[in-house]
Amino acid sequence: MAGAATALRQERPAQSVAVELRGVSHNFDLGGSRLAVLNVIDLSVAAGEFIALLGPSGCGKSTLLRLISGLEQPSAGSIAADGEPINGPDPSRILVFQDPTLFPWATVWNNVATGLNARGVLNQQRARVDATLDLVGLRVFKGAYPHQLSGGMAQRAALARALVNDPALLLLDEPLGKLDSLTRLSLQGELVALWRKAGFTAILVTHDVEEALLLASRVIVLSERPARIRAEFQVDRPYPRHRDDPELVALRRQVLSTLGLAT
Amino acid sequence: MSNALETLGGRTGTSPPTSLSGLRQAVWRNGLLAAAAWAAAALATIGLPDVVPWGGAQLFAGIVAAGATIFLALSVVVPRLGRLGDRIAHYGPWFIVIGVWLALWELTTAKFGWLPKPFFSPPNGLLNVYVTEAPRLVLCIAYTLRLWSLGFLSGVAVGYALGVALGWSKRVSYWGMPILKLIGPVPATAWIPCTFYFFPTTFAASVFIVALASGIPVTILTSSGVGSVNRAYYDVGRNLGASDWYLISRIAVPASLPHVFVGLFMGLYYSFAVLVVAEMLGAKFGLGWYIQFQTAYSGYANVYATLLIMALLCAGIVRLLFLARDRLLNWQKGFI
Repeated sequence: MAGAATALRQERPAQSVAVELRGVSHNFDLGGSRLAVLNVIDLSVAAGEFIALLGPSGCGKSTLLRLISGLEQPSAGSIAADGEPINGPDPSRILVFQDPTLFPWATVWNNVATGLNARGVLNQQRARVDATLDLVGLRVFKGAYPHQLSGGMAQRAALARALVNDPALLLLDEPLGKLDSLTRLSLQGELVALWRKAGFTAILVTHDVEEALLLASRVIVLSERPARIRAEFQVDRPYPRHRDDPELVALRRQVLSTLGLAT
Repeated sequence: MSNALETLGGRTGTSPPTSLSGLRQAVWRNGLLAAAAWAAAALATIGLPDVVPWGGAQLFAGIVAAGATIFLALSVVVPRLGRLGDRIAHYGPWFIVIGVWLALWELTTAKFGWLPKPFFSPPNGLLNVYVTEAPRLVLCIAYTLRLWSLGFLSGVAVGYALGVALGWSKRVSYWGMPILKLIGPVPATAWIPCTFYFFPTTFAASVFIVALASGIPVTILTSSGVGSVNRAYYDVGRNLGASDWYLISRIAVPASLPHVFVGLFMGLYYSFAVLVVAEMLGAKFGLGWYIQFQTAYSGYANVYATLLIMALLCAGIVRLLFLARDRLLNWQKGFI
């Protein structure tokens, strides 16, 4: 995070982190009864990789992201970032939710500035906020309130709020899930471009197989709850990818059949 | 009635174009009618003999006649004033009805005596009170405002701080919530006998009663507001490196503001309700005290005059709070 005053636009040395999950299990406490959500997950994510987690709805994908972010601690097992165990949330690992969860009382600019402000470095790094707003194309809307934004713009603002902190790991919990299909397509392209430019490690939860194959360098398929890793697919296609690429179409068929949705 | 009057006015009504439309454009008819009504009120005051004499008739007639003259002038000027003229014209029906009301009020009280002294007073009776009692009334207003502002502001400050603590901390909530639920519903005035015991002066006791009445709804609404903040906002804050203090001051506080304002409005109305009672706790001045004092002497004109001041004062304070809310919650416009 040193030398952070330089604009995000400029190419910087890749800053990313490797994530290591060892025997991670997690239970929810539901008023006395225990609900097993994750069942012994082992996963290694290399620095700079873009991982997509696919799985049936309610299988615990989002929980896995919360554990990696450090907002919650796993019931068993360990999670480490570059060998350091994760004990709590940290601005180097940022979770982006399905809902933009922008603060409705703050302008877009102030929302994006939240992280810098919370850590008391906003005054030295105001230019970064503007640069990040440029990056997601929201400079014109910096004075707008969230209720004035469309769904796509709100999600862009949420991305900017994460990116301004220069995260080494971006955890994306279905960030495009609620958008209309056109906005979704354009944001998928932007997400890949941002990842390639900034070089962070990315873990994306989605239940859109096509989206997973378009964005990720590796797709992990999870089972029903309690989730285990069921299959892994390496996606060795160059970016930018096209959805009608025959190899992706073939992979899509394989992934769907793994999910029990053979076509 | 107001519909008929608006149609008469021609500006707001949708009358078909006639040869008179030019004239209608040139003159604000509701202004003329208002001038006539106000002139009638002035003439009735001056021209007819009083059944019972009240002071202030000359002054009242003068003011009302001046009003009539202003409306007469406005009826010519308003059509040329553009947007300001439209704003004035909007209230035309009110101006007419106020003139009619003043005339009828004057006739039924001072002139025909249908509504007898001392329980009813003509409008000039109220005016006479304002003239003769001005120094005392100003003093009473100042005393009331001092009591109200000390009580309301301290009640809101303490109530707000308590509310944030109750909504934020599980431990504070564990101990505080049952007490609040027990004490909250007790009418603030029921504490009066105890307050004499606990406070050194009756003024301090009165401030406490007003503070209690305004503080409790603020406490309850603030704590529920802080407690119902979307957890995801805190997750975002923690993830971005926010301290607990940041989570409270920059997330919990603004997020709960809509609830807090509901509490402030409730507290404001309760504070008005107990203000008058509090001023009866041996106060020497104050509008509540003045009303009670004048009632004892059958000074009903004074009572009405004071009630009018209180109405304006309370409505003004409510208006200020609305302005503050609109300013602080303008981010909420999409949700309202």
